[in-house]
Amino acid sequence: MIHGYELNGYHIIIDVYSGSVHSVDAVAYDVIMQYENTPREDIVKNVSAAHGIAEAEVEACLRDVEQLKADGLLFAPDTYGDKAGALKQRTGDVVKALCLHVAHTCNLSCSYCFASQGKYQGERALMSFEVGKRALDFLIENSGTRRNLEVDFFGGEPLMNWDVVKRLVAYGRSREAETGKHFRFTLTTNGVLVDDEVIDFCNREMHNVVLSLDGRKEVNDRFRVDWAGHGSYERIVPRFQHFVERRGDRNYYVRGTFTHHNLDFTNDLFHMADLGFTELSMEPVVCAPEDPCAITEEDLPKVFEQYEILAKDMLRREREGKPITFYHYMIDLEHGPCIYKRLSGCGSGTEYLAVTPWGDLYPCHQFVGDEAYRMGDIWQGVTNTELRDKFAGCNVYARPQCADCWAKLYCSGGCAANAYHASGDITGVYELGCQIFRKRMECAIMMKAAEADMAEEAAKA
Amino acid sequence: MNRIQTLNDLADGGCGECQTSKCNC
Repeated sequence: MIHGYELNGYHIIIDVYSGSVHSVDAVAYDVIMQYENTPREDIVKNVSAAHGIAEAEVEACLRDVEQLKADGLLFAPDTYGDKAGALKQRTGDVVKALCLHVAHTCNLSCSYCFASQGKYQGERALMSFEVGKRALDFLIENSGTRRNLEVDFFGGEPLMNWDVVKRLVAYGRSREAETGKHFRFTLTTNGVLVDDEVIDFCNREMHNVVLSLDGRKEVNDRFRVDWAGHGSYERIVPRFQHFVERRGDRNYYVRGTFTHHNLDFTNDLFHMADLGFTELSMEPVVCAPEDPCAITEEDLPKVFEQYEILAKDMLRREREGKPITFYHYMIDLEHGPCIYKRLSGCGSGTEYLAVTPWGDLYPCHQFVGDEAYRMGDIWQGVTNTELRDKFAGCNVYARPQCADCWAKLYCSGGCAANAYHASGDITGVYELGCQIFRKRMECAIMMKAAEADMAEEAAKA
Repeated sequence: MNRIQTLNDLADGGCGECQTSKCNC
């Protein structure tokens, strides 16, 4: 299977099953797009006439295409179907990542919050050190031969339980030498409680921090308000700027949510860049389709246009030596990820679990609060093995809707929670999300072609 | 005339050490 598209003056051909990406001219594009469904002599005539070139030139191009096919770089066959569950079978019951819900409470009251202002449709609660400690022990005990273990401090607002966060990091570190494990701690915060002590600790211990900001003041303060209804922008932006300034070259993301009300979200990303932030993420809101802030099918042309504007502007910034990073445009075509990772996805419900303040286990943070998806607890382990098996079988080949999708080895079948909320089944698909994902991948891969050109120009210079 | 530029083989891997995606390769 191939996918061809034109964007920003580039003609791109993606060979789905080999992972190859070809940046081609208009002639080769037409030849390749007709190759499988048109007799050879017709391709020669069609393309020769369409481009006003000699038939011999089209013949030469056809020979190049045939060579690429023979080399396995074009029209490669699908040989992965029977291997789709292999990684999860191989990893068995291994758990390598936990989302620790250290606070089911929040000092902001964002109306679009998927976690219902941090409470997850339940009671307000803070995780005790004892529960967190047991969660880390559970992770170590169930991590098999995995060396890298990930623990994300999440909420609600995790800084509302800051002392426990610090004690848990210290406990995790204290167990690294004896167990041969390495903890990658991460933290997501709304910024309200960020101070120098938080910054110094995070810069020492957190592999990544996510700083929530929606962009322009009026956009951020539309939803991100405190319990008195006051916007958070003026309070959090100086703290985030200070945080990032002190963070040096360590990982962070300033991460926003865009809704139906700010479909021109590139202006929010550019505003973040103007504030001095360079590592950026902007995600479509997760909410019920009838919610007034939900992204709709009618919004998609505008959303797609925004992704194109962003890609072109990022290339401009790169040429000018002032690059910014956008989470979804970070792809590594050359090294990975491997095919097993591409087939199996995020690992929710198997190697990735969410832990509530009470120690209950859920497939991921988006299922927390839905009793039907409670998998067990950190003392007994996963007791709902039927549910775990269902998630283990939840891969890109388990979704018939993905069979003809060119992007399936980039998205790995997508998000189980989004699929569940959209279709009622974790092996369904969230079609709106699929369309947005495909557009982002087209932009990201076009940028790779443009960057290859830039590298070539630089080499010549 | 070179009309096709192939950028820099889904062959390996599977160690499971990659970050969960809110690797040895």
